[in-house]
Formats: sequence, C-alpha cells, structure tokens
Amino acid sequence: MKVKMLSRNPDNYVRETKLDLQRVPRNYDPALHPFEVPREYVRALNATKLERVFAKPFLASLDGHRDGVNCLAKHPENLATVLSGACDGEVRIWNLTQRNCIRTIQAHEGFVRGICTRFCGTSFFTVGDDKTVKQWKMDGPGYGDEEEPLHTILGKTVYTGIDHHWKEAVFATCGQQVDIWDEQRTNPICSMTWGFDSISSVKFNPIETFLLGSCASDRNIVLYDMRQATPLKKVILDMRTNTICWNPMEAFIFTAANEDYNLYTFDMRALDTPVMVHMDHVSAVLDVDYSPTGKEFVSASFDKSIRIFPVDKSRSREVYHTKRMQHVICVKWTSDSKYIMCGSDEMNIRLWKANASEKLGVLTSREKAAKDYNQKLKEKFQHYPHIKRIARHRHLPKSIYSQIQEQRIMKEARRRKEVNRIKHSKPGSVPIVSEKKKHVVAVVK
Amino acid sequence: MTANRLAESLLALSQQEELADLPKDYLLSESEDEGDNDGERKHQKLLEAISSLDGKNRRKLAERSEASLKVSEFNVSSEGSGEKLVLADLLEPVKTSSSLATVKKQLSRVKSKKTVELPLNKEEIERIHREVAFNKTAQVLSKWDPVVLKNRQAEQLVFPLEKEEPAIAPIEHVLSGWKARTPLEQEIFNLLHKNKQPVTDPLLTPVEKASLRAMSLEEAKMRRAELQRARALQSYYEAKARREKKIKSKKYHKVVKKGKAKKALKEFEQLRKVNPAAALEELEKIEKARMMERMSLKHQNSGKWAKSKAIMAKYDLEARQAMQEQLSKNKELTQKLQVASESEEEEGGTEVEELLVPHVVNEVQMNVDGPNPWMFRSCTSDTKEAATQEDPEQLPELEAHGVSESEGEERPMAEEEILLREFEERRSLRKRSELSQDAEPAGSQETIDSGSQEVLSELRVLSQKLKENHQSRKQKASSEGTIPQVQREEPAPEEEEPLLLQRPERVQTLEELEELGKEECFQNKELPRPVLEEQQSERTPNNRPDAPKEKKKKEQMIDLQNLLTTQSPSVKSLAVPTIEELEDEEERNHRQMIKEAFAGDDVIRDFLKEKREAVEASKPKDVDLTLPGWGEWGGVGLKPSAKKRRRFLIKAPEGPPRKDKNLPNVIISEKRNIHAAAHQVQVLPYPFTHHRQFERTIQTPIGSTWNTQRAFQKLTTPKVVTKPGHIIKPIKAEDVGYQSSSRSDLPVIQRNPKRITTRHNKEEKL
Repeated sequence: MKVKMLSRNPDNYVRETKLDLQRVPRNYDPALHPFEVPREYVRALNATKLERVFAKPFLASLDGHRDGVNCLAKHPENLATVLSGACDGEVRIWNLTQRNCIRTIQAHEGFVRGICTRFCGTSFFTVGDDKTVKQWKMDGPGYGDEEEPLHTILGKTVYTGIDHHWKEAVFATCGQQVDIWDEQRTNPICSMTWGFDSISSVKFNPIETFLLGSCASDRNIVLYDMRQATPLKKVILDMRTNTICWNPMEAFIFTAANEDYNLYTFDMRALDTPVMVHMDHVSAVLDVDYSPTGKEFVSASFDKSIRIFPVDKSRSREVYHTKRMQHVICVKWTSDSKYIMCGSDEMNIRLWKANASEKLGVLTSREKAAKDYNQKLKEKFQHYPHIKRIARHRHLPKSIYSQIQEQRIMKEARRRKEVNRIKHSKPGSVPIVSEKKKHVVAVVK
Repeated sequence: MTANRLAESLLALSQQEELADLPKDYLLSESEDEGDNDGERKHQKLLEAISSLDGKNRRKLAERSEASLKVSEFNVSSEGSGEKLVLADLLEPVKTSSSLATVKKQLSRVKSKKTVELPLNKEEIERIHREVAFNKTAQVLSKWDPVVLKNRQAEQLVFPLEKEEPAIAPIEHVLSGWKARTPLEQEIFNLLHKNKQPVTDPLLTPVEKASLRAMSLEEAKMRRAELQRARALQSYYEAKARREKKIKSKKYHKVVKKGKAKKALKEFEQLRKVNPAAALEELEKIEKARMMERMSLKHQNSGKWAKSKAIMAKYDLEARQAMQEQLSKNKELTQKLQVASESEEEEGGTEVEELLVPHVVNEVQMNVDGPNPWMFRSCTSDTKEAATQEDPEQLPELEAHGVSESEGEERPMAEEEILLREFEERRSLRKRSELSQDAEPAGSQETIDSGSQEVLSELRVLSQKLKENHQSRKQKASSEGTIPQVQREEPAPEEEEPLLLQRPERVQTLEELEELGKEECFQNKELPRPVLEEQQSERTPNNRPDAPKEKKKKEQMIDLQNLLTTQSPSVKSLAVPTIEELEDEEERNHRQMIKEAFAGDDVIRDFLKEKREAVEASKPKDVDLTLPGWGEWGGVGLKPSAKKRRRFLIKAPEGPPRKDKNLPNVIISEKRNIHAAAHQVQVLPYPFTHHRQFERTIQTPIGSTWNTQRAFQKLTTPKVVTKPGHIIKPIKAEDVGYQSSSRSDLPVIQRNPKRITTRHNKEEKL
C-alpha cells in the first residue's frame, strides 16, 4: 500500500542564510483577527504610557563657565562642537560627545553679547560690551602661543548681537544700527537704521540669504534687504521682542520671542497678522531656535524652562526643566535635529534630547518598525481622552504651575470683561479682535 | 514845470524799482546800478515835497521797515493799491526803451515755463524706497510658496534634503593614462582597432551603429512588434506549461498521458497504412523498448524497494500485492507481441498496442490496485445511479473501443472522452463486483490470492475476454442473436469479481455497512443459489444462456434496490453527504454535551427575569410624602390611613417608552456608562469634517496583524525621517530645482562703488 504523506517544498520554509527571518505563513482573514479597534486602542494606550515612562530627556550638563551663559553657537560642519559665550567675557568651545570643554578664551571685557560661526566652520566671531568685534580661529593656537583673535574691530558703540552670512564673507552686527561688514574691512559696508533705538539681535535668513531680521527695544521687528541696503518693513508689537529666528525650510517664516510670554510666527510678507501665536511660557521668552527640519522650534524663557513648539500649533508639545536650571538665556537645536542645548543663568549648558522618549543609538529594523507603529498608533488615537490625558501629562515646578494657574485666571477675567463689554454696548461698537491681531500694534512701511 | 519834473522823477523811480526787482540772473548794466543810492535820496525828497503840496489826495505808500509775512519774494508789494501786481504792468513802461528788448524776451520766456515741483522730504523718499524694495523681496520670496506647501503636505520628508549623488565615472575616464603594455594586450587592442571595435565605450561598434541607422523606422517597429509577439507567446506558453506542471491531480496527468499514448497509437496506425516501412521501424522501436526492459531487470524484484518489500511480504498482504503487481508489470512489458491472423488483426491491433504502451497498463493497474477512497467517493455519487443505465451501454462501447478501430475513428468522440468513459466503465464494473461480493459469502476469502494476481493484469484479461467474446459471438451470432450483448458482457465482471473483492474498505461508515447488510439480505433472499453454481454458469456461458440472463436480472434488481435506497436522503450512502452526516453528528454530540453541562440553569428564564428587573429599575419611582403619626395616632402596628397615603403620594410621570419594548431578546440600557466615556471621543477632532470620516480612520487597522508587511510599512511611515549624525542644512534653491541666484548678496554700494560715487558727484555739483 502506498503511504500518502503531506510534503512541503523546502523552498517555502528554508532560509537562505542564517540571518534571514523565519518565514511565517500568515492568514490575514479578518475573521481570524477580530476586535481590531479595541486591540489597537490598547496598544496605543500602552505605547503612550511607555512613552511617558521612557521620557528622560536630560542628557548632560556642561559646566565650566564662571558666569551666566549669554550666547551659544553651533559649529556648521561638526555636530559635536558647540561654542558658548558667558557674561564675564569668556568664550568656551565644547565637545558634546566627550562632554567637556576643549578650549577657553577670554574674549571680551564684560559680556560676550553675541557669538557666531563662519559658514565654513574655520573661524568664529564674537561681539562684546567692550565695543569690539573679534574674529577667532576655530582651532586653538599652537603650544606656547598666546590666544589671540585673527582680527579685532574697534567700534564706536556697543554691539549687542552678531550673525554671519550663510554663504559669503559678510557678517552683520547690531547695536544702534544694523551694520553689515566685509570680513576684510574695518568699516561696515553699509549701515541701516530706522528709528533710534538699540537693536538687540540681528539674524540672516538662511534661505534667501540677503534678508535680515532684527528686533529693537522700541518693540519693533525690522526686516532689511542687504542687496538694496534698505530696511523693508517694520512691525510693532505690544512688547519688546528679544530675538527672532528664521525657519530654515520656509524662506518667509520667522518666529519672534517676545517679552509678553508669547512667541509669534510671522509670514514676512504679511506682518499685520502673525501666522501663529505660541503661548505657554509664563515669563519673558528670551531665545528661540528652529529645528533644522523646520517643523518645530524650541524656546528659552525667563521662567526657567524651555519648551518645544510645533510650528503649526499654538501650544507646546514639551517642556523641559530641572531644579537647578535658572533663567534660560539661550537655546540651540543641534544640526541633526536630535538634541537641544540651552545655556542658563547658573553657568551651565544643558543637553537635552529633542524627543524625550527616543532611544539613543542604533535601532534594529524590528525596533524601528515597532517605534514607527507605536508612533502611528499614538497619532491615530491621540484624540481619545484617556490617551490624550496621559500623553499630555507633564510634571512642572510649583512656581511655573502656579503661574500658569494665575495667568489662566487673569486671562479668563480679561476675556469675561471683554465679553461683557461687547454684550452691554451697542452692537458693533466694540470690535471683536482675534488673539492673533491683538498683539500687533502697527505695521510701518 | 514842477509838475513836469515830478512826473519825470516818478518814472525814474518806477524804473529803478523794477530793475531792482528783476531776478539776479538777468544782468543789469553797471551804470544803472550805481545811480541807485542817489535816486533814493532824491525820491525821498520828492515824496516829502509832494506831501507838502497837497494834503488831501495823498496816497500812503507801503513802508518796508521790517520783515513781514506779506513781503513777497521779489520785493514787490502791491499792498495799498488793492490790486494784484501783474508782470505785464511792470513791463509796460519798458515798451519805450528798445535797449531792454533782450530783458523782455527773457521775461516772456520765464512766463511760458512751468515751475519745478518741490523735492519730497527725505523720510518720504525712504518710505517709497522701502516699499519698492519690500515688493521686490516679496516677489522673490513667493517662488518658495509651492515648495513650502509641498513640504507641509508631504507624507514623508527625509532629511537631509540634498541627495549625495555617488560620483560614477566610467573606468576609461578614471584610468586615462592606462596603456596596453604586455604583448597580449597590444595584440588584442590591435585587433580591436582593426575591426573598429569600441575600445573604451563598449556599447556598439560603428558597423552596428550604421546598421541600426540603416533600419527604417517602420521596419524597426515591425521587427519590434514581432519580437514582442514572440516574447508574449513564449511567456504565455511558459505560463501554461508551468500551470499544467503545477496541477496536482494524478488523474489529470494520467488522462494527459493516455491521450498522448492514444495519439501516438493513432499516428502509428496511420503510418502503418500510409507508410508501412516507417511503421515497421516504429514497431521495431517498440520491440527494442521491450528488449531493453527485458535486459534492464527493472521490474524484476531485484531493486532495493523490491527487496524490502520481499521481506515484508511474509506478513503484509499489501506488500505482497505490490510485489506481484510489479512482477506482472514486468511480464507485460516483456511479453512478446502476438502475431495475430490477418482476419483478427484489426481487432487485436488495439489490444497489442495497449499491451505495448506502458502508460495504459500502468494506468489501469493503478486504477485497479490503488483505489483512492477519496477520489472514489466523489465519483460514486453519480456512478451509482448511473450504474443501471450504463450496464447495457457498457458493452457496445467496449466493443466499439476494443473490437473495431475503424468504428472508433468514425465516432466523433474525442480520445479523452473515450478514456473517461473507460474510467467510468471500470468504476461501474468495480461497483457491480463489489455488490456481488457482498452477495457472496465471506468464505470466498480463499480466492483472494488467486484473484489478486489476476487483478494486476486486468487489462490483458479484459481484452482477452473481449476477444473470446468476439469469437463466441461470431460463433453464435445465428443461434443467439437476441442476447449477444449480455452474453458478451457477463463473463468479464464475473471474472473480475474476486479481484474486486479485495477492497472492503470502501464501505466506510456505519450507515453504508447497514445498507450493505440490507442489500445482502435482500440478495440472499432473492438469490439463494450457491456461488459455485454461479461460477460454473459463468464458465460455461455459451452452454447456459439462462444464467447470464438471470445474473443480469439479479444485478438489475440489486440496482433497483440501490436506487430505492439512494433515493431516500436519510440513508447516506454517498461519500460527501456522509461527511456532512458525520459533522452533524459531531455537532449533535457537542450540543448534547453543552446541554448536559448546563442542565441546571434555565438561561432564557434568567434573562427574562433580568430584563424585568431592568425595566423595573428604570421606571421612575413614586414619591410617598405621608408622615406616619401626623394628624392621627402613630406607632408600632399602626399605618397611616389609605386616604392619607393616597393624598400624599406623588405619582411619577410616565417615562418615554423603552426601546427594547418590542425586542424580547434584548436589554437596551440608555444610561451613559462613565467608565466607557473615558475611552470615547466626545468632540469631533479638528481636521475631520464628519464623524464618519473619523470613524473610518479609526476602524482601519494599521498593525501587521491585519496588514501585509508592505502595507504595514506603508501605513507606518514616519512623517519626518532624519539620519542620525547627519547635518541638516537649510533648504537651498538647488535642492528643489530652482536656480540659485548667482548674484551676490552684497549691497549695491559694495558691488558697484563707481556708480555710487558718480551719483554722489552729481549731487555735489547740483
């Protein structure tokens, strides 16, 4: 009698190499996999919880400065190198991978007001309270040589900020006016001024590199065109803007960090209404920097915290703080968009993960797939109250927490009053002003 | 005289004044200018004199002692006169003097010229500059709009944006300095050069290129189409072959093989008719095959398998059978061709060939010895019913097939069809034999062995029988012409009976067995004849014409019985329904088990009770406000009066009708579950415009449990992908396909200092 046996083709189940995954026959019949929504919901819930469990963003603190850190700069070519200037005129260069200081320069007397690197990464510029602009080599001097700047420009007034052009050997300083300098000359190529007030910061547009933005202490933001050597437009806000930052992926978008606790994202072609008002800080916002992907930005505030905002959201997605971190003066997002650095009053530079629960290091493909899946699940079920609550939960220091409560009350009271005023006055006599328009005082052509 | 003098002095005065008022551009003569001071003094005197002359019509002249608003630019005041001073008035006195003609001309020219507008103030100018610059910049920036929009809506953005293109340079470019050095290389290159072969770019030789160029477009198109067609046909053919190869059905393959064999046979037959020499050759080939078989000892129980079987044969009936089968096969294969007489050649032809063609034999054998019960079952459903009808038909067909080839050719029947019919025949034969086997007593088991041997060479036996029949028919055509078919048919099944006895396993279920038992009884009643007798009758079919008749009758009766039994659906004799029956039984068992397990509880009543309770609970309650002891005696055992109770009872209003009022098997609770609310979205989230849209996104699973790997990967692609350790530079115009402006960003002044300086010079001159 013939014995009939089930036989399989080895090609269907034998791996070619040992490293291949075992082939698992699957049946996708939906009848065999019921309850897809509840199951995915539970998975999303677990993913959200795990995200919160693993949210440990703080990586390192770089200490060594002997005064508050006033400014930070990234190396354009090297991810590991960071430059910082302190309030005592000291400039330090740090190595992030080793987490130590590799070079110290006593650059200025008084504050180092601004620091910027040249686009090629061979040198950097500093401005200080001693009315000088100094250019330094990125590499340290040889053994026994003295630490000396490549060039020193002695100005007539104090410079409060500096930024380097993204492509050419030109940099801009600000103080009483915006000066544009050729690196080779000791006099500015051109000076642009509009009004008479001290300008606190100037920034080159990274995409359309002839554009500049500056903010002055008379509450205005001024845009300049370097080619035509003329200012373009000015917008006056409620309160002073401390600094601005251009979006590195969208040429006409910039964000201004304001004293009124808010950040304003503007389309520079339509300055009368900000594209978005970002509010969550409870004290003056001192610095802002975009992620290199242009999707998010980080802001440093006087309220001892830094927050990460999506560009298109008015509320922050993340807040970082530690007990020891004081007023955060400067913040930078690293060029690989993975980390955030902030320099604060208490002389430390802190390194954070941009994504609090992200796993550092190399991921296997399965890990990556799981990560992506979890991310998508979280996105999919983000509107569910339970998940939303968990995802949004953050611990805050008491001071910030109480401030938030207080401000909520104040805001509510203001809103109520406005509503009452509208209710009790002749219809149409009290205009309803949107939150976006409320903060723009005027646009000057 | 005095009056005359006075007039003269007046005229002089007016002249003087006018001249003084003329713009400085108009040069005056020196002499006139000198006499100015003298004249003024005189004029003063004159005025005084006049005023002293006449006090009445004295006219007050304007005195210009201090700066006033009304002083005009040209020092002429018309104040006091009450009328405006016109240039013409001033010019009137000039008419007389011809020396002032040039001045007059110039004046008239001034009159015709328009005045230049005032230059704008600096702030205004700057504002205009700014506006123009802003508009220009906005225009420049607007080119980024589509890029930004695209990036914002992109499903996935991979950073860094710029793609590092691997620089691929052809090896010839890299190794430009390379030269042939060794003699071999030199020789090769010489050859290549001589034949104009491409040395560096190994694509086409000049000749090839030329030929390519020579081919016209239409020609090329045609050629291409041809090639395409050929390729397509090839692919179709391949696909077909693959598909056919994949078919697992043995039956199908058997049929195909058989078909092929038949075809070969037919061809051979035709060949024999048309070209006997070639046919002979073919025959020789067949003979050779036989010889080879004889020499090769292939089926002689000498192989590994056969030896193992030989060991087993002692104990295992099947092994023994298999061995015998093999032997018989050997016998068949090595049997010499029968040389038939001329008259019988036509009849025997097919048989011979059948014997020669191994496929046929194998096929039959397989069919005989290895009845696949599964296959069999599925077939029996129709065969059983058809058995009765087929019986009479069977033989003519056999005859047609086996006896006369010419008849077979005449029939339009396809070979496959014939084959299939053969199958059916065999099946029906088997069936019948089985039935008769049941009829036979169990004691006939002894015959099994002898019978089994014969099974293996079934075909041959069959054909021999047929031959015999044919002969017998020839002999008795005159005497028993009425029942030749029956006669012919009978012996074959009778002979087969013992062969088919071997397979009692066909009866698989209890029902079948029962049924068979019934049949047995029936047959036993009907046919009390001993088997021996029957066999005898079979062996001498010619002598006893009644016996086959009776046999036939018996079979028909059995079949009738069969029909009767199969007609009733309760009796499951067919294979597939049997399985169903089995399943039914299982289900019944299952149900029984559940019933037993939950014997105690009455679920339906429980449910009804539950529902009643739920209805009660959801009903609004009446409020009883009676106070016992209020207005009457109270205490243990005393109740407030019914009247009072009625009075103070507040009846609750009837609630809306329950939704499950008419649904007996459902309880619908309209209470909101707070615990569920935590897991439910209350408000439609922002980007969605309709709740159904949102629900749809939620209901589509994205996990790999529900999706294929590819779909899963696609569904879970992250929106932003960054490479660790890669610097992301700001977007550049080149990245998105724009041309980056080659213009420097340096200010205009810096770029073009000459132009600026000339402008400055101009300004200075002005």
